[in-house]
Amino acid sequence: MHDVVIIGGGPAGLSASIYAARGGLKTLLCEEKLMGGQIVLSYEVENYPGFPNGISGMELIENFTKQAEKFGVETSYEGAKSIEDDRECKSVYLTNGSCIKTKTIIIAAGASANKLGCPGEKKFTGKGVSYCATCDGAFFRNKTVAVIGGGDSAIEEALYLTNLVKKVYIIHRRDRLRAIKILQDRAMENKKIEFIFNTIVKEIQGDKLVNGILLENRKTKNMDRLAVDGVFIYVGNTPNTKFIEDLIKLDENGYIFTNENMETNIDGIFAAGDIRVTPLRQVITSAADGAIAASAAQKYIESKL
Amino acid sequence: MSEIQLTEDNWEKEVLNSDIPVLIDFWAPWCGPCRMVAPIVSEIAEEYKGKLKVGKLNTDEEPGIAVRYGIMSIPTLMIFKNGTVADQIIGAVPKEYFIQKLEQIID
Repeated sequence: MHDVVIIGGGPAGLSASIYAARGGLKTLLCEEKLMGGQIVLSYEVENYPGFPNGISGMELIENFTKQAEKFGVETSYEGAKSIEDDRECKSVYLTNGSCIKTKTIIIAAGASANKLGCPGEKKFTGKGVSYCATCDGAFFRNKTVAVIGGGDSAIEEALYLTNLVKKVYIIHRRDRLRAIKILQDRAMENKKIEFIFNTIVKEIQGDKLVNGILLENRKTKNMDRLAVDGVFIYVGNTPNTKFIEDLIKLDENGYIFTNENMETNIDGIFAAGDIRVTPLRQVITSAADGAIAASAAQKYIESKL
Repeated sequence: MSEIQLTEDNWEKEVLNSDIPVLIDFWAPWCGPCRMVAPIVSEIAEEYKGKLKVGKLNTDEEPGIAVRYGIMSIPTLMIFKNGTVADQIIGAVPKEYFIQKLEQIID
């Protein structure tokens, strides 16, 4: 039997695995698709302490992963389909049909990027529609692109794209950005960026590849076509809590309620990172959550001896 | 490592004229998700040894092939059978999803 199964290999799960394994717990980390989670998509992380010159999300996660390996964390690329609580023996059912028995579980499955949900989005994914500027920016050299969204991710990625493309339109449904001021200022000063506020995307159009978007002004209801070669979508996230919603108490948006020890409503099941109700969703807060969850899991196991 | 590094020079021989289906991982060194998907691709290469050939194509070093196949997003994984594209997967997906796609194509 494992001491702890950690579901999700982003900053929260990796940090939890480092603390758990270093603490001597038999630890399994399950990540079903992208070790590192959403931060791997980031070109640069500027605000994680210890890296004064910034570090790419990918390099930061490679460091996290190496550290986890050093302490003997076992990893699996199977996802969790469901979990069951039988007090001291919990079960994690994996996508390959196997069942892992464990004393504790840390849910760190994070959140996934939202889709726009307009016609053309699915059809042109990988044909001009992208959710990762770092990955795909190079395919749009000297072209015109639109970034959809007004939060930190949208603005950071728009700024990154200006290094490669001819022009970036930032299209936002509100009349002002949600991103922090330092990013807003940089974007306002950037000559390649043009803002289109109060506007939503009605359709992504193209032939084989994207060649334009149909926009609607939310105030005037005027429709306009904008010629672009690429559309980068950053319109928020949804927590990956579907697989546990019957067992774990969630808020109205699907985030997990925890206390300050990262305990959920079920004894021995903890949550960490973007998946829980928290005022800030950053690498540093996820890593801190992971550390607290692993330490709480260890105390829980010791209390049952 | 059982994956083959693909280039313009070996593309025809290894992909188009392959006797067995070929899974091709289009990637680039600066692409975080590509690097993170790599271990899953390696596991698949191991598990399907003999039934599936697995190749890696660096889109930075071989832009010609990437353009020919309309690659605008990486990671993209293409499955070739009898010299033509049988299916493709765009972006990071669970291993289970890969296996479902492969099972439909591999005899």
